[in-house]
Amino acid sequence: MLRIFLLLICCFLAGQSVASEVTAKVNDNEVVSAEVTIAEPQSNEQAQLIALFKKLPTTKLSKMPLLIEQLSQTKAPQIKKTFNSLMNGDLYYLKSNKQIVHAQLNADNKYALTDVLTNTKLEAVAKSKIRKVKTNNRLRGKIRSLLAQLDLTFSDKTVRIEAVKQILDKPNDIGIETIKKLINSEQDDDVRELMSVTLLVQQLLEGEHTEKLAAVKQLKTSLEPSVLNAMATELSKVEKPASPEDKALKVALEKAMADIDGRKGLFEFAENLFFGISLGSVLLLAAIGLAITFGVMGVINMAHGEMMMLGAYTTYVIQQAFPQLIEYSLLMAIPAAFLVSGLVGVAIERGVIRHLKGRPLETLLATFGISLILQQLVRTIFSPLNRQVLAPEWMSGSWQINPIFSLTFNRLYIIIFSLMVFVALLMILKKTSLGLHVRAVSQNRDMARALSIKSDWVDAITFGLGSGIAGIAGVVLSQLTNVGPNLGQAYIIDSFLVVVFGGVGNLWGTLVAAMSLGAFNKFLEPVTGSVLANIIVLVGLVLFIQKKPKGLFPQKGRSAD
Amino acid sequence: MNISNNAKHSTSVTQPIRPLIQKLAQLGSLRVVIGFLLISAFYVTFCNIAFAEGSFFHVSDYTVSLFGKYLCYALLALAVDLVWGYCGILSLGHGAFFALGGYAMGMYLMRQIGDRGVYGNPDLPDFMVFLNFTELPWYWAGSDSVIWMIAMVFIGPGLLAYVFGSLAFRSRVSGVYLSIMTQAVTYALMLAFFRNEMGFGGNNGLTDFKEILGFSLQEPSTKLGLFVATAIALAIGYAISDYIVKSKMGRVVTAIRDAESRVRFVGFKPEHYKLWIYIVSAMLAGVAGALYVPQVGIINPGEFSPLNSIEMVVWVAIGGRGTLYGALIGAVVVSYAKTRFTAIMPEAWLFALGGLFVLVTLYLPKGIAGLLPHLLSNKDNEDDSSNSKGTDSKNNRSTDIQKTEVQS
Amino acid sequence: MIVDKNGSPLLADENIKPDTRHGVILYVEDVSVSFDGFKALNDLNLYINDGELRCLIGANGAGKTTLMDVITGKTRPDKGTVSFGQQVDLLQLSEAEIARAGIGRKFQKPTVFEELSVFENIELSLAGDKGIWTSLFHKLSGEQKDRIAEILYTIGLTQECYYPAGRLSHGQKQWLEIGMLLAAEPRVLLVDEPVAGMTGQETERTAELLTSLAGKHSVVVVEHDMAFVRSIAKQVTVLHQGSVLAEGTMSEIQSNKDVIQVYLGEDDGEANGSDDIEKAMSNTQEQTA
Repeated sequence: MLRIFLLLICCFLAGQSVASEVTAKVNDNEVVSAEVTIAEPQSNEQAQLIALFKKLPTTKLSKMPLLIEQLSQTKAPQIKKTFNSLMNGDLYYLKSNKQIVHAQLNADNKYALTDVLTNTKLEAVAKSKIRKVKTNNRLRGKIRSLLAQLDLTFSDKTVRIEAVKQILDKPNDIGIETIKKLINSEQDDDVRELMSVTLLVQQLLEGEHTEKLAAVKQLKTSLEPSVLNAMATELSKVEKPASPEDKALKVALEKAMADIDGRKGLFEFAENLFFGISLGSVLLLAAIGLAITFGVMGVINMAHGEMMMLGAYTTYVIQQAFPQLIEYSLLMAIPAAFLVSGLVGVAIERGVIRHLKGRPLETLLATFGISLILQQLVRTIFSPLNRQVLAPEWMSGSWQINPIFSLTFNRLYIIIFSLMVFVALLMILKKTSLGLHVRAVSQNRDMARALSIKSDWVDAITFGLGSGIAGIAGVVLSQLTNVGPNLGQAYIIDSFLVVVFGGVGNLWGTLVAAMSLGAFNKFLEPVTGSVLANIIVLVGLVLFIQKKPKGLFPQKGRSAD
Repeated sequence: MNISNNAKHSTSVTQPIRPLIQKLAQLGSLRVVIGFLLISAFYVTFCNIAFAEGSFFHVSDYTVSLFGKYLCYALLALAVDLVWGYCGILSLGHGAFFALGGYAMGMYLMRQIGDRGVYGNPDLPDFMVFLNFTELPWYWAGSDSVIWMIAMVFIGPGLLAYVFGSLAFRSRVSGVYLSIMTQAVTYALMLAFFRNEMGFGGNNGLTDFKEILGFSLQEPSTKLGLFVATAIALAIGYAISDYIVKSKMGRVVTAIRDAESRVRFVGFKPEHYKLWIYIVSAMLAGVAGALYVPQVGIINPGEFSPLNSIEMVVWVAIGGRGTLYGALIGAVVVSYAKTRFTAIMPEAWLFALGGLFVLVTLYLPKGIAGLLPHLLSNKDNEDDSSNSKGTDSKNNRSTDIQKTEVQS
Repeated sequence: MIVDKNGSPLLADENIKPDTRHGVILYVEDVSVSFDGFKALNDLNLYINDGELRCLIGANGAGKTTLMDVITGKTRPDKGTVSFGQQVDLLQLSEAEIARAGIGRKFQKPTVFEELSVFENIELSLAGDKGIWTSLFHKLSGEQKDRIAEILYTIGLTQECYYPAGRLSHGQKQWLEIGMLLAAEPRVLLVDEPVAGMTGQETERTAELLTSLAGKHSVVVVEHDMAFVRSIAKQVTVLHQGSVLAEGTMSEIQSNKDVIQVYLGEDDGEANGSDDIEKAMSNTQEQTA
């Protein structure tokens, strides 16, 4: 409890600092003229940058290379855009105050201006008010190589990798030269690796026979798509080998490509498996609450999907209430959704299901009615339209394992999270006294009551627990699909089938069923398309349950009839 | 309006109505229902034709179509009641049979459009031209023949019921499991029919029908004809269902509902009986669908949606399962309420429907029809009328052995 | 297709006639059944003679009900054979086919069709074609009505003929179930605890009825009430832990060493008198029930 409280405080403080930054940015935008910012230089680099910019209109063409060299050395974020403008001839300065601007002709035959230093839009002006910054071809060449170098030496690793990739995909002499220059000074292994691949591809495409062979040998382990392309190009050149050397190259190329294809297949399999398991974890989260209410209590809750929906909407409400705390919204939503859905669940149990004990079909109908009411309630309160739930920064992005295989963080977190929930639930049922009571009541209600277990209370708590977990599943779903009133409906049939497939009353069965169904679905998808895959899985499940009505892991015994 | 009177009779506990109900009860439900259907069909026809528009007695064409729709629902409810009320199979997928019957009719109607479609292709329906089909898919063969269409209305739903039922009942899937499976099947079918490649018009379904059996669907007289046809179909369906539930078959089926394993040890094969009644029910639903489509003018995959199927179950639950007339009452009352509600305040309909689910299951497990015997026996404790439960199908058999009065 | 041991097809269920030329109608040989590692039946061998009345006794969990489940097709054994007469392999048949072949069963907990009337309960149980089309167009014949009336009279429910079966008392339900058994005209009756919940008088009548059935039918009775067993039984089989412990007349059983050891836990095998054993047997039942 204390921990949660501290967490909340941290969230609040962090939010405050974010908020102050936001205000600062807003102030920046209000500044119309660059002069104002110039008046108060914030740092040395900034001052230097401004000074250099000031020289641009006045410097002679012969002195320009030096100036742009100096400019590129500042490594300021504005440089790239400026250079691009300069190269395209879009860089101008205002005659009045020598302010450097990017200008573009608009529909009114006037020039729309953007200050390159502050990236603020200025009033559009007539041609006569501005003058172009001069360039020539020699200068353009210089700029091109500087631009390549600029990105290749950028402090952020991802930018560097992106720059190398660009050269890899569309090799140009300047880029290759720059890489050759930089490869030895590059500190990062990944970037250096990519650079050497780029050079090798170049070597494969342009080099002598022996060089080509050597390149093929080394490129065999690379999974970059361009490598395969380059190899294919080379292979087409030696399709009808004229010389023994060509023949040797052809053999080497074919072998290398087969190698790469094999490894690619392996990683594609791994990727499908990952997608499958992540879909499986979603199914697991959706089904595990049902596994409790249906499997342990024997109660059919058709409103289970709506419990998930409530969880998703709880996330939405929390993000609306604390817009500055998006990063922490999911952490706050998890307990909140558990409480909201759990309490609604308890209310449903107390109000309706309790009165329908031993009448499963009636329970099914009544809970279906409740699901309709909840859907309409959400529709009335929020809107029939989908609501936007934001993803926190840390959920986006991916873990790039190699060029063709990456694990997206949101899926990765979901897998881990659902397994955590699963284990926690298992622990609750196995180790706590609540779990003991739940199992006792589910096996022999009268006996449990005779042992002074409050079976009514246990029922309500069990149902609340199942519904609460559905709420948590809703939080997760809000990160994957649209949050709308029909969110739950899409999952209810699937989750029931997962529970039945795994064997009712068997949590491990639910785990296996969810994962295998998820994987099966994802492996089918590339072959058949997603809708057909869905249909095939549904029909397959229906057929399976006909064959084994008690699921994968049936509970045996004389009383299990 | 005419039909909803019936419901009013059974719900209100006012004095003058009681003798009327007793009179009706003595006639037996079969005669009452069929008589009522024929009379109301005649009444609607008469009022539609004989009185001019604007007259107090005039029944508008819109109302005729609306009643026709209700009667289709009633037939559908009958089908659901047959399997749920009597055999204990809670099917959450009867919408699939309804829709299949509807598609069989829709295919026929599509072919009747001929070259009057937007693209003017004499062989291919518009949507196929639009989706670049070059020829009719094989399963559309024969769809321009009336006889084939009628056959398909029975074969389509019957075949689905046979395949699903024989698998499910043989492996003894029952209770909630079965319900979930039926729902999964209709859900899968919905997804399938949404696909354009299926050749059933995808998302938009089949629509823009022009004529049926050479009669224009826009003509009021055609609408009236369809309404009368539906009333007759419902009367026949009711008679068949009534015969089934009162035969020994009906008793076996009821026994299966109450103690399936015991039935097995008596020597019956419950799976055969369940399958049989499931197929009959599916075909009834198919007929309902086929009559529904020309009256509303469209059939699309939405009819497969699980919500639709579950709404049918609600009709039966509210009307009273285990009594055939209860199903009819439920279908008409709930559909009428839906029409009114969605017109006045659409957003309230789902609240009302959901509330009905909960309230009926909690407080009115036998539905509206369940109030009826209660109403009768309350009053006539001393009455020696052996027919006081005459409406109750189970006690309506004639036997040689002296009847012993049972008070409930 | 159902085929007899000689390979000739048994076309309809009605054709299944047990071959009882050796005087035995029910062969249960080497049957084992286990649930989750628990051996409910363990290499059990049992032979029921045509027309005899046999009592099965044994503590709870001895396998009595499981044995009945195996014979009637509800539970499939892990191994062993069960045949009806010499040639009809019961393990090939479904529950309904076994019932139609002529093996009737009364359950421990009386199960009747609660929503149907007493009359209809008997009607459904009558021997005859149980196919769909027959049921659909069936009309009761005069003989069948007479037969039902006769059975109703035998089980003393003529008055309650049109009561829904669900409203009968526990004892009446037991009788109704016996009546349903009679209506099916089976060759073998398996009767599980027929007198549970009956008054002394009712018990007596049941005993009379069951003894009168023997001869024409073979009757196998599972019962905990030792006095009742003593009053009807000629042959008694004692089951213990899934196999047959002893077989013989009541007095033989009561002096059997193994039985005494199991029930009284005495090592020397000296019987202290048959009353003690009877008491011990009854006690075991009551404790575990």
